Amino acid sequence: METLVKDSNKQPKPSVKGATPVKVTGSEAIILSLLSEGVNEVFGYPGGAIMPLYDELYKYNQQLTHYLMRHEQGAVHAAQGFSRVSGKVGVCIATSGPGATNLITGIADAQVDSTPLVCITGQVPSQLLGTSGFQEIDIIGISMPVVKWNFQVTSAHEIPEALAKAFYIAASGRPGPVLIDITKDAQFGELEFSYQKCEGLRSYKPVPKLDISAVGRAATLINQSQKPMILCGHGVLLSKAGKALKSLAEKADIPVASTLLGLSAFPPTHPLNVGMLGMHGNYGPNIKTNEADLLIAVGMRFDDRVTGKLESYAKQAKVIHIEIDQSELNKNVQADVAVLADAQQALQAITTLVQANKHTSWLAEFEACNAIENQKVNQPELYPTQGAIKMAEVVRMLSEKTKGKAILVTDVGQHQMIANRYYQFNSCNASVTSGGLGTMGFALPAAFGAGVGDVKRQVIAIAGDGGIQMTIQELGAIAQYKVPVKIIVLNNNFLGMVRQWQQLFFDKRYAATELVNPNFVAIAKGYGLQAKGINQRQDLDSALNELLASKASYFLEIKVEREENVFPMVPSGASVSEIRLA
Amino acid sequence: MEKKELFTISALTENKAGLLNAVTIIFTRRKLNIESINVSETEVEGVSRYTIVVYASQHQAELVVKQINRLIEVLAAFLYRNEDIYYQELAMFKLPTEVFLNGNTIEAIVRNNGARILVIEEDHIVIEKTGHRDEIKALHTHLKPFGVLEFVRSGRIAISKSKRKTDSFLRELEAENINNL
Repeated sequence: METLVKDSNKQPKPSVKGATPVKVTGSEAIILSLLSEGVNEVFGYPGGAIMPLYDELYKYNQQLTHYLMRHEQGAVHAAQGFSRVSGKVGVCIATSGPGATNLITGIADAQVDSTPLVCITGQVPSQLLGTSGFQEIDIIGISMPVVKWNFQVTSAHEIPEALAKAFYIAASGRPGPVLIDITKDAQFGELEFSYQKCEGLRSYKPVPKLDISAVGRAATLINQSQKPMILCGHGVLLSKAGKALKSLAEKADIPVASTLLGLSAFPPTHPLNVGMLGMHGNYGPNIKTNEADLLIAVGMRFDDRVTGKLESYAKQAKVIHIEIDQSELNKNVQADVAVLADAQQALQAITTLVQANKHTSWLAEFEACNAIENQKVNQPELYPTQGAIKMAEVVRMLSEKTKGKAILVTDVGQHQMIANRYYQFNSCNASVTSGGLGTMGFALPAAFGAGVGDVKRQVIAIAGDGGIQMTIQELGAIAQYKVPVKIIVLNNNFLGMVRQWQQLFFDKRYAATELVNPNFVAIAKGYGLQAKGINQRQDLDSALNELLASKASYFLEIKVEREENVFPMVPSGASVSEIRLA
Repeated sequence: MEKKELFTISALTENKAGLLNAVTIIFTRRKLNIESINVSETEVEGVSRYTIVVYASQHQAELVVKQINRLIEVLAAFLYRNEDIYYQELAMFKLPTEVFLNGNTIEAIVRNNGARILVIEEDHIVIEKTGHRDEIKALHTHLKPFGVLEFVRSGRIAISKSKRKTDSFLRELEAENINNL
């Protein structure tokens, strides 16, 4: 018989309703548990097996706002967007069967991009489990490869402890998605409710103890290095290590390159910022990866989009790898010094042992690369004078007009790479994108969630004409809740990134990449949103001004050059030093 | 291609339904065949031990162990080569009772191979053998000519050569967690 493992901390904690346990239903216990965890917003979609919980949501609507999305995938992406900008755990709710399976893409996305989520699914009554009942699916089995943890609740009394563990596991260590499947009878059942936050599990060590000897060895390597480079990953943002990273970089005068998900951790205008790594990253950091004598990788996992061909990746360099997830160490790249630790702790400890240094000529090499890229790629992209509108100039103007202070939520493809290359992120946790999984359709619902999660910053969703159509129904949620998200569709009538690969590697055989699109503006207007479409350069400035000035949500379709390619590019399977500028 | 060899993975886990699935999909995802798997309770209540034998390269095996360690309910997972552990498998051979008609041959085979006769029924006997796989194979070869009716072999179970006790190890884990808070 399965029971939840009892946590070591046994003293009773007051519940939200007071110190003494109160008799409530399972559904009410779910709500009270969420409130105890400080949750005020949830994203979801109702259905049969989750109706008891929705009945309680109705009663608690003053304390807990539920956002009804138009598809469960929208709910999970919204929870992701919410979490990525707020740093809190995102919560989404779906019913059993198709409701639950519709969450899977977002859960997988959150797993690979380390986003803390608690996903609550309804399940058929426990006596129907395993009978192929209506809308019954084994979501525990289906989700197992893509969750950090999951658990099926079949009895009301398990609810507080299951949710306490869920929040603890989702948010601690390397964050990730947790799924709690709750049978309908458990929602209807009764329990004596008191809530006790989970503070530890003996089988799970989220924050490893910092190994002082590894810190020492790392510092020694940094002190000896002539050509060091920092690779700043998502972990820097997750552990709020931006300041610590800056201290180390400045003290030892080390150039900082970011992964796609590490963007916005290090100021874009900082003289040590040398740009983005990876397939469509900047020329300098890619080329110099194979010339550096030391890579200091922080909170990143050497994804193949960053490393290119592993056999010729930084073979000349020593590698320090600071990472909280032990399974990422020595997975793709062998580390000379592996520091299993929280990024902030490790960086602070290393910085105290590092000597002040100057790497003037090494940094000048990045400058030289930057000048080449700027001349050959960036300038013509950012400041075109003729032809159709280019995606890069839209992003440049957005960046200038918002002073880099907006949250940019991007979808997947060419526009994603261009937006993240050219937007100058001036605040932390400002780039929300689907990196590891590359989920088209992510941007619109994630932007909704980001808009709920951060009401102070402007939220701009940028999507292509392909991706927007995967979740376009979430315009409905944006309209219903009046979340002032700005939406830009960069329309080239192509699945642009796939078309680019077809052009470069498949002799221009454009198989299934050309799109006949609907009237996007009419669709947005149909949802009741302000909307506009432009296709001329002279209209761009005023259209963006109008978009940004709008207090309400605003939809802008921009027709862009049809067959634009994103460069630089490390072709798939090539070495980072084979990066192409054209 | 890195050289492949036989590794034994030993994991101590909380007793949770579904964990076996979580463990095996780590192998499935890498298209690694599990040679054998055994799950049993340990001397500590509520704690299970997984013993998994896999044929893989060292790098692959190390990655798999890290992934197993990453599972929330896994207390600890270890990777062993044969020289690091004591290990055994159990086999049973069913033969017709008539094999005894050939004089002492069967009895001699049983004795020489360190096996034992588990049961003797009217129409069949069962020989039990505990040992390493090659020893069981050798016995199988000896018995084959006599007409083996059925043969079954368990997965490997193993115990490390280190002196660590499971319960003191668990106490250390619990203490570490409190220190980290």
